[in-house]
Amino acid sequence: MAASKNDEIRILTPSGMLGYGFPIEHLRLGLEQKPHAITIDSGSTDSGPQKLGLGEMTCSREAYMKDLEVLLEAQREARIPLLISSAGGDGSNLHVDAFRNMIAEISRKRGWRFKLAKIYADIDKRHIARELEAGRIEPLGPVPPLDPRELAAATVVVAQMGAEPFLKALEPEDVDVVVSGRAYDPAPTAAMAIRAGFDPALAWHMGKIMECGALCAEPVGRSVIGYLRQDHFEIEPLNPAERCTTASVAAHTLYEKTHPFLLAGPGGTLDLSHCTYEQVSDRRVRVSGSRFDPGKRYTIKLEGAKTAGWRSIFIAGARDPIFISQIDSILDQVIAGTRAYFGDVPEEAYRIIPHIYGKNGVMGDLEPVKTPAHELCIIVEVAAATQALATAICGKARTSLMHCPYPGRIATAGNIASPFTPLEIPLGQACEFNVYHLMTVDSPTALFPVRYEEIS
Amino acid sequence: MTSVPTPLRDIAKVVRSKNAGPFEITLDIIFKSKEDYEVVKESGVITKELISRLYNVPTQAIITFGFFDLVNAVKITLPRPRVQGGVGETDMHAAQQHVPLQEIRIPWPAR
Repeated sequence: MAASKNDEIRILTPSGMLGYGFPIEHLRLGLEQKPHAITIDSGSTDSGPQKLGLGEMTCSREAYMKDLEVLLEAQREARIPLLISSAGGDGSNLHVDAFRNMIAEISRKRGWRFKLAKIYADIDKRHIARELEAGRIEPLGPVPPLDPRELAAATVVVAQMGAEPFLKALEPEDVDVVVSGRAYDPAPTAAMAIRAGFDPALAWHMGKIMECGALCAEPVGRSVIGYLRQDHFEIEPLNPAERCTTASVAAHTLYEKTHPFLLAGPGGTLDLSHCTYEQVSDRRVRVSGSRFDPGKRYTIKLEGAKTAGWRSIFIAGARDPIFISQIDSILDQVIAGTRAYFGDVPEEAYRIIPHIYGKNGVMGDLEPVKTPAHELCIIVEVAAATQALATAICGKARTSLMHCPYPGRIATAGNIASPFTPLEIPLGQACEFNVYHLMTVDSPTALFPVRYEEIS
Repeated sequence: MTSVPTPLRDIAKVVRSKNAGPFEITLDIIFKSKEDYEVVKESGVITKELISRLYNVPTQAIITFGFFDLVNAVKITLPRPRVQGGVGETDMHAAQQHVPLQEIRIPWPAR
């Protein structure tokens, strides 16, 4: 592909998240525009720390297989690179290899061959410890400084790569598919545009919009195509029923971001405060004026999570108004009684946390409405060192809540309505994010090894 | 012109909350038009002090607070009350923490 000789690069993104599915007819409409690459992100910290902590993936294997097969077929037809970033959600080495295995399985079934580039993003904890010692690691936002004990406790630590590892992976001209570990979401799209010689500021901005698929459209959609040229780019959803408007595209960078116009990433900060948005057709918007400040140091974001004990819960309904009016004091009494019963277990070794839906289950102390509803759902969460202990504490709290006396009680057979068995529900291991820091690096590529493989 | 106190949920196009990474929560108020946005901005009702009260965070802990003219929007980013997804979580995606904003009352021209 001699993209550098083109005056335009076209990138197709079928969905904001691999594994969520997308309409094939919209992918087809996109392929008719002769894109130079297909990019799709798979990463997010949004659904929780259990991916990094326990090696889970965001979507089921079945869901990934379904999307991958469609995209591999499109890659074969169009003969353009398919770039998949942040494999499995956390982008750990484990999930890069899991995606590699899925691609191999599909290839075997269909008799396909691919040249695959894998980019890994797990960072050796010993390396991080040395860099911490050297003062090259800082918290990102309202995060405590990195404690070496927290680093040691993390199951795995990944770092978000920038565009450079993708550029390196694409050096051989015959790479069909790139599967990367954790990457800054816009990086694959930005890399394709930077590789073709276009302005990095526009490349990052277009990538930033496209990594969410057609979330920038009205109504919000899945598939999107971007056209990047010398001094602007254009963006259009592939579903004919959706449109991009200047308002929808300009407002998109508000979503999930700390600041609407200043977007920090590996290798610099994108500044959108001087952008211009023009409606060039009913469904297409042109963007110009994006700026990119490379900054003084190249930093990458580290992400890690640890396991934090085991959890069990019980779920209970309450309908009696005499009970509901005293719910806080009743729960205080139940928790105190449970703690007394488990007096031989150190108090700090377990936690009992009530969630009271119908009162303040969603907002907690920030709940502005102080009067509880006529019916409550009470979920009591217990976290302890083992599943057995969590379930035992949970069971004691549940039976106490069921039978405890309270002032004015006239329903003497039981206080709560239990919907499910098991009455105590084991939830498995809990996880916590404990590494979310910036690390200064000398090379944007050295920590992200690239491996090639012929899949047949 | 007379005005009536009108909640933001009847004025804005979007009032939402969401994680911005595991350690921050971000709140967006997006308006239907430049005119609506200007009325709300001029009213002076939405301030750091108000956000500090509604979300129980000291004003100096507020990470982003601003009226952004280019997008007719207010954006506020706060430290998350707890790290996302740990023990005691009530809202993994922080998707339902916007309600106090909906209820902010703006002096609105009577129609």
